Amino acid sequence: MEIVGSRRKALHYDAVSTIPLYRSAPALEVRLEDFELFAMDRLRVLKGISDALSRGKKPEEMQQVERDLWKANMKHPEASEVVNKDIISHFVLRLAYCRTEDLRKWFLSMETALFRYRFMSESVEAQRALMAEFDLPYKAVSNAEFESTKDKLWQVARSVVPPLSTADTVFYKVPFEEVPELVAGRRVFVHKGHAYVARNQVVSLVATQFRSHLSKALILTNRKWISTIREQESDRLAPIVEALCTSYLGPDYSEPRELGDISIKEIDQIAQSSFPLCMRHLFEKLREDHHLKHGGRMQFGLFLKGIGLKLDDALAFWKAEFSQKVGAERFDKEYAYSIRHNYGREGKRTDYTPYSCQKIISSSPGAGDHHGCPYRHFSEENLRAALGKMRLNNRAVEDVMDKVRSRHYQLACTLTFEAIHGTSCDAGINHPNQYFTDSQKYLQSKNQSTV
Amino acid sequence: MTREDIESGSQDMVIDEGKPEGGERMQGNAAPEGFNVNYLKVYYGKLFPHADMFKWMSYGNDGKHPACDQSYFGRREFSFTLDNDIYLRFQSFNSASELENSIKEKCPFKIDIGPVYSVDPAKRHAYAQSGDNVFAPVERELIFDIDITDYDDVRYCCSGADVCLDCWPLMTVAIKVIDASLKDDFGFNHILWVYSGRRGVHCWVCDGKARRLTNEQRASIAEYFRVYKGNENSHKKVSLSDPLHPFLGRSYTEVLKDFFESKLLLSQKLFSTEERYEKILEMIPDESITSELRGKWQDNKRSSISKEDTNVVRWEQLKRILQSGKHKAQGPQMCVKEIVFSFTYPRLDMEVSKHMNHLLKAPFCVHPKTGRVCVPIDPNCCEEFDPTSVPTLSKLLEEMNTGSLRADIDNVLLMPEWDRTSLGKSVRFFRSSFLQPLLKACKEEIENSYNAKLQHSKNSLNW
Repeated sequence: MEIVGSRRKALHYDAVSTIPLYRSAPALEVRLEDFELFAMDRLRVLKGISDALSRGKKPEEMQQVERDLWKANMKHPEASEVVNKDIISHFVLRLAYCRTEDLRKWFLSMETALFRYRFMSESVEAQRALMAEFDLPYKAVSNAEFESTKDKLWQVARSVVPPLSTADTVFYKVPFEEVPELVAGRRVFVHKGHAYVARNQVVSLVATQFRSHLSKALILTNRKWISTIREQESDRLAPIVEALCTSYLGPDYSEPRELGDISIKEIDQIAQSSFPLCMRHLFEKLREDHHLKHGGRMQFGLFLKGIGLKLDDALAFWKAEFSQKVGAERFDKEYAYSIRHNYGREGKRTDYTPYSCQKIISSSPGAGDHHGCPYRHFSEENLRAALGKMRLNNRAVEDVMDKVRSRHYQLACTLTFEAIHGTSCDAGINHPNQYFTDSQKYLQSKNQSTV
Repeated sequence: MTREDIESGSQDMVIDEGKPEGGERMQGNAAPEGFNVNYLKVYYGKLFPHADMFKWMSYGNDGKHPACDQSYFGRREFSFTLDNDIYLRFQSFNSASELENSIKEKCPFKIDIGPVYSVDPAKRHAYAQSGDNVFAPVERELIFDIDITDYDDVRYCCSGADVCLDCWPLMTVAIKVIDASLKDDFGFNHILWVYSGRRGVHCWVCDGKARRLTNEQRASIAEYFRVYKGNENSHKKVSLSDPLHPFLGRSYTEVLKDFFESKLLLSQKLFSTEERYEKILEMIPDESITSELRGKWQDNKRSSISKEDTNVVRWEQLKRILQSGKHKAQGPQMCVKEIVFSFTYPRLDMEVSKHMNHLLKAPFCVHPKTGRVCVPIDPNCCEEFDPTSVPTLSKLLEEMNTGSLRADIDNVLLMPEWDRTSLGKSVRFFRSSFLQPLLKACKEEIENSYNAKLQHSKNSLNW
């Protein structure tokens, strides 16, 4: 990727469409301050999208969210400069977010989401132009074929939520591999390897292409960064680029700090006082069944790591429970390895980070699983029972259930926190370890003040 | 007999490997069922179809065509689980004989097959340093794993690792639904269904297109198949749209409805006790309906006139009320289908299918806990498959020792060992229904792409 200052390539973006595709870096001159400021403005947009998604907002709402965020952050006093700001900010953030797998994943998701909402807001002509840009060689289904399949096509259209208009008779026949999201949601008719995509669903096609291009570009950017840019720009751009990510993603709790270590003896007690509901449930089930399935072991195990449980204590803790069901020997053979793996002591030695609320909410617990977010995955009845066990009063329970019904799961958890501790939590809960840390902080400060 | 008994105890049978025909008879009673390390050695020596496995895994890259990829087989990961739970990952082999010799020498209790990597797995460390994941899976069959323990909340005859002929049909139904969709919806042709040896089935989709699917695409297919969501913490685990997606609609009318009403209802006695029918009533959101039904069924009331099975009667009553249209809300209308789906629709292990690097047990392995061979299942007549009569290791060895089953054939001695045992049927099926068509298609693919390349280079030379 060429950075700022090169005049080798001409500025390239399609004049018809209003959304730039970021195919190649612009040959523009950018002031150093703008380099940073533009990027930070765009980052606010991306972060805003991320937050809205984790609060469970629906796609139609997200379009408005995106519009508001864009309007608030991506304007420029000179109208002609608006597009440039768009392009420049994107490329600067590419530099910042190409450097690790996690950063790339986040950036890729948010940029794709941003692109999707912008695309959906475009006119039909602009959309068609963008499709052409993506070189999607998909032909519309012929009349003859449409006649023979239309019953099935309409059945699908009526089966999805919200239903697709059956007035739309333009369908594209594409290999099912091209539209994984539509296939996954059973939102298309699939026959002999082809998916029949309604014009309204074209967004998915385009977004997949966008994502795949960007994904490859990020890998290339990373290589360039490592091989030349980082060193060349070590005095100028590199510090800016490196600072961009850390200031926004928030703590990931991979390094338990401050509170010191937790010992096994304390677990029961702190579970009662400071665990969020998802972890209380897993802990309870573990005590009850002396077993947890893989999803539960990951979610709970990493959480324990994040609160400061050392590897040896973790092994002892899990062993004490599991050996009651499968025996000590089997524990050592089959389970100890993966605990050590979570702490980065085996295999490729990745130090896994505890799951954030967003990740937990979007998981899909199946038969025999207990992980996930209770506010999302429990039935109303079971959730009420669980909240009752945490000794929330009726009023608090109703407030929480209200948030759950509007799918604001993290707000529901925040309310629970506030009800239990009797204090407000303005930042909101974004991470189970944050819940724990905040809880412990509060309880300790309470103890100190009464002493 | 426990495993310790078999291993430590008397070796009172002599297995004479040199004389299969009219060889020494088993002394004493028939061989003990289950698993036996020594038998396994014989199995790998005489019965396991090494050559067929190699041909399969080569996908036509046997060196006979100039376009064959000589490195292909060598880049496939195998993993062996040995005695004492020693686990060897990233095993790879460069030829059929290397594979065969290693299996015979190491005598693994379990053989798993992993993906084809970008480079020989044995050399992976050399590529890990570049930090760009140059060591990565490039091809892997699309696989599915269905385990009957995931149905424990809807089967009353068995639980855990047990399986019987009353609950096994759940697996049959799963095969039918998934197999039809893989073929009709996704257009796959080369599909192998295998008995997992104890309580489930595995599916291997081997088309080139399937092997080259990305993780995301695999996840999308698995999600397309997923209906059952949730666990004991949520009540309503199946939520269906009205109308159903054509795939679900077809599955319902062609397989699930009939299975539920004429088989499962009776074999599992789904309405026979309060505990059992309450579980079904829980799935109906309308209190007035459930209390009406409860009123009819409590205290084991039943019409003295009807001689029909209680379960059938109660199911009919339930359907009549739900479909009577008395209650206009959409919920009750779809309830009947949701109940049928809850009990019968396939439950896949999503994680197995989603990742290219997931290992899966190889067909024709022997299950260490049951001694049964993981034999292929013909999806076209899967109702006839009986897991309780799958050949076991000891039975096969007994057959080998006591002489050929195919007494009708003259040149029995020229037949391979496996063909003289009840394993023969399975290997023959594997070859004719799966391997041969697959290899033919692979050859065509190799030739076509080769010819296309030739044509292309010819064109580009025309200046």
